[in-house]
Amino acid sequence: MASELIMKYMREEHLPHIWCPGCGHGILMRDVAQAVKNLGIDQEKVCLVSGIGCASRAAGYMDFQTMHTTHGRAIAFATGVKMARPDLEVIVIAGDGDVAAIGGNHLIHAARRNIGITVIVFNNDIYGMTGGQYSPTTPTGEFGTTAPYGNIDRPFDIAVLAAAAGASYVAKGTAYHAQQTIKLIEDGLRHKGFSLIDCAGICATYYGRKNKKGSAVDMMKYQRDNTITFEQAKTMSREERSGKFILGKLVEDDFPEFSDEYQKIIDRLKEAKK
Amino acid sequence: MSKMEIRLAGSGGQGVILATIILAEAAIIAGKNTAQSQSYGPEARGGMCKAEVIISDEQIGFTKVTKPTFLLALTQASLDKYAVNVDDCIVMADSSLDIPASLKAKKIYALPILETARTEVGKAFTANIVAVAAINAALGLVSLDDLEKAVFRHIPKGTEEINRKALYAGERLAKTI
Amino acid sequence: MKNRVLMQGNEAVVEGAIKAGMRFFAGYPITPSTEIAEQSAVRLPQVGGHFIQMEDEIGSMAAVIGASAVGTKSMTATSGPGFSLKQENIGYACMTEIPVVIVDVQRSGPSTGLPTSPSQSDVMQARWGTHGDHSIIAISPSSVSECYNLIIRAFNLAEKYRTPVIFLMDEIVGHLREGIEFDDEAEVEIIERKMKQRPDTLHLPYHVCEGDDVPRFHLTGYDIRYNITGLAHGPDGFPTNNNEVAGQLVTRLMKKIENNIDDIVEVEEKFCDDAETVIVCYGGTKRSVMSAVEELRAKGKKVGYFRPITIWPFPEKQLSALPKSVKNIIVAEHNYGQILLEVERVIKDRKIGFVGKVDGTVITPSEIVKAVEEVK
Repeated sequence: MASELIMKYMREEHLPHIWCPGCGHGILMRDVAQAVKNLGIDQEKVCLVSGIGCASRAAGYMDFQTMHTTHGRAIAFATGVKMARPDLEVIVIAGDGDVAAIGGNHLIHAARRNIGITVIVFNNDIYGMTGGQYSPTTPTGEFGTTAPYGNIDRPFDIAVLAAAAGASYVAKGTAYHAQQTIKLIEDGLRHKGFSLIDCAGICATYYGRKNKKGSAVDMMKYQRDNTITFEQAKTMSREERSGKFILGKLVEDDFPEFSDEYQKIIDRLKEAKK
Repeated sequence: MSKMEIRLAGSGGQGVILATIILAEAAIIAGKNTAQSQSYGPEARGGMCKAEVIISDEQIGFTKVTKPTFLLALTQASLDKYAVNVDDCIVMADSSLDIPASLKAKKIYALPILETARTEVGKAFTANIVAVAAINAALGLVSLDDLEKAVFRHIPKGTEEINRKALYAGERLAKTI
Repeated sequence: MKNRVLMQGNEAVVEGAIKAGMRFFAGYPITPSTEIAEQSAVRLPQVGGHFIQMEDEIGSMAAVIGASAVGTKSMTATSGPGFSLKQENIGYACMTEIPVVIVDVQRSGPSTGLPTSPSQSDVMQARWGTHGDHSIIAISPSSVSECYNLIIRAFNLAEKYRTPVIFLMDEIVGHLREGIEFDDEAEVEIIERKMKQRPDTLHLPYHVCEGDDVPRFHLTGYDIRYNITGLAHGPDGFPTNNNEVAGQLVTRLMKKIENNIDDIVEVEEKFCDDAETVIVCYGGTKRSVMSAVEELRAKGKKVGYFRPITIWPFPEKQLSALPKSVKNIIVAEHNYGQILLEVERVIKDRKIGFVGKVDGTVITPSEIVKAVEEVK
């Protein structure tokens, strides 16, 4: 029997999900549901927008108003939703290729505008849906079907990218550290402006197998044993940091939220008309 | 007046486009039909600039000027370029320009539009308004009242006085022809 | 009260759109459509609506679909290169049946082409620009007044048939300023999307009621939670690999337009009744044709013109119904022959001539007069 959380926040009739056994996405999806529940957000008012890729399939399973859109564009769709309906709690779930490659432009500009949406990245360092091509977060030297001789690209740190673009809330979670990640998502949802939680997932099928990372359980254990905080990361050399996951908040700041600022223009014009 | 095809040419920044918009606006206020358009492009920023307005009592089909009945040139380059095949066209040029002796037109007027704006009105940027008033008077398009209304719809608030001054100056210039 | 004012075509589009109920605009600056974004930025907050300048053309298209999906009438505007970029998401709007209006003020291409010069070379892109079989509506205005009136119609059709509608303008009309009359007391038909009423189908976002051609809407945020996807989907809105369901969906997307052609298609015909030669034209080109036809009629030539106001679906029924007296058809358009292909498809028993231009200049009335006079 499914848990109360699953029954309330998932569309049971569309489960089981299509993700591979051992995939971290299921855990991360549950984290999102738990965070919404913990905050007591009205389920009817949540609009979940996703793009294309493994992560984006979460939209079909989660029992909110859901929009499964085009590859990379979820944040742009969500921007329209939030502008038109500021009363909605707008969440984007996106993969690393989705949000940092094809959709990178929307990510940085939504962060810059500080529009009040919460982006949760299910970051598994690989294109899973298409079968294991290297993504913008695949570490240099690792393998993918399109990096058969080792990846010579340098990876993005999506959290650092969002922070540099001006995001007012940025955090990093992991599939293993569910309790902490739920809390980070909660804080992101509660945050008024643009927030992004970059969550390290696990892709045992493609990333793990291509890079000899062992089973999903091995990868999970590795995540458990190799997670550090931003503070710790600061004291480490680049070599020491390599292969580590980071857990915690990078940015939590207070800037005017975009749709609020726009409302002020509307109010000002209304006032002037009187 | 049946149909006037008016072409204004000068250099970007002289307010040539706005001048045609004001003439079009005045035509509307006076209950006439009009079609205004301009050549867009990078040349509108300092280079040669051309804008057109058709004013007619009849419905207007084709919206571009094919055979102008009136041409204003505020720069030498624009005069040289557009004052060709103007046998049936009235040509108005700033008097600072070199009007070729060979130029054949229905009428040729040389008026000190730029100079009037600079000295008499006191602001060079009002040259387009001086021109608008001179054109209107020369062609007998609309009443000065209607023209003033049109000008006031298209200028920044607080510049009414200087623009009115420009209008009257332009009107007076036309009386010299 | 009646009030006649001078207005630019691009500005009239915004005024008409607001009249139609547009309350969200997302766009990206591009010549020669930029005035539409500028005017929307000024006007929308005045009526409680929202404007946003997005980071790119793709994002603008996405944002307007997002806004409309949650219940707000939305529009974007662009030109050639931007229209190309928007195509994938236009397909998403077709598939998910989200009403949106996309204004394309056409300019010379291909690629960056002549950014400020008129063209009508996006006609086929408007029809087939996005991948996959889909239906589309495209409307083309010929005057500033029509920019106002027809954009209202574009919104009405978008809402009624839950489809993207392409407002296919050209630089000739977009940048033209002319008089437009507003009548406060005139009744303007504004169509709103039909909302769901039956509780038993409330949970099925893509259920089509008997007698309807399209699913009814439900306002996001109340009572029920839907899924919307660009994947093939059944009435429940969830992805499916069922070939029968997928086939039914695409067929319905085509039929909802095809079955309502009489409601959607509008044409203008002038002097066709006794004409020997008819010129087919649309958009800004009509203005050249209008002048040419007047001139030719004055010379005693039996000439008329036929103008599709609705470009897509193409008005083949109306074109086929031209009187027997018509022996020659001349297609005039600012491209290498795009609507010409449609005319050739529909008309088999008359001579078809062509006046086209691809150099960025406008087809003049005299060029059309010449073409008509050369017809043997």
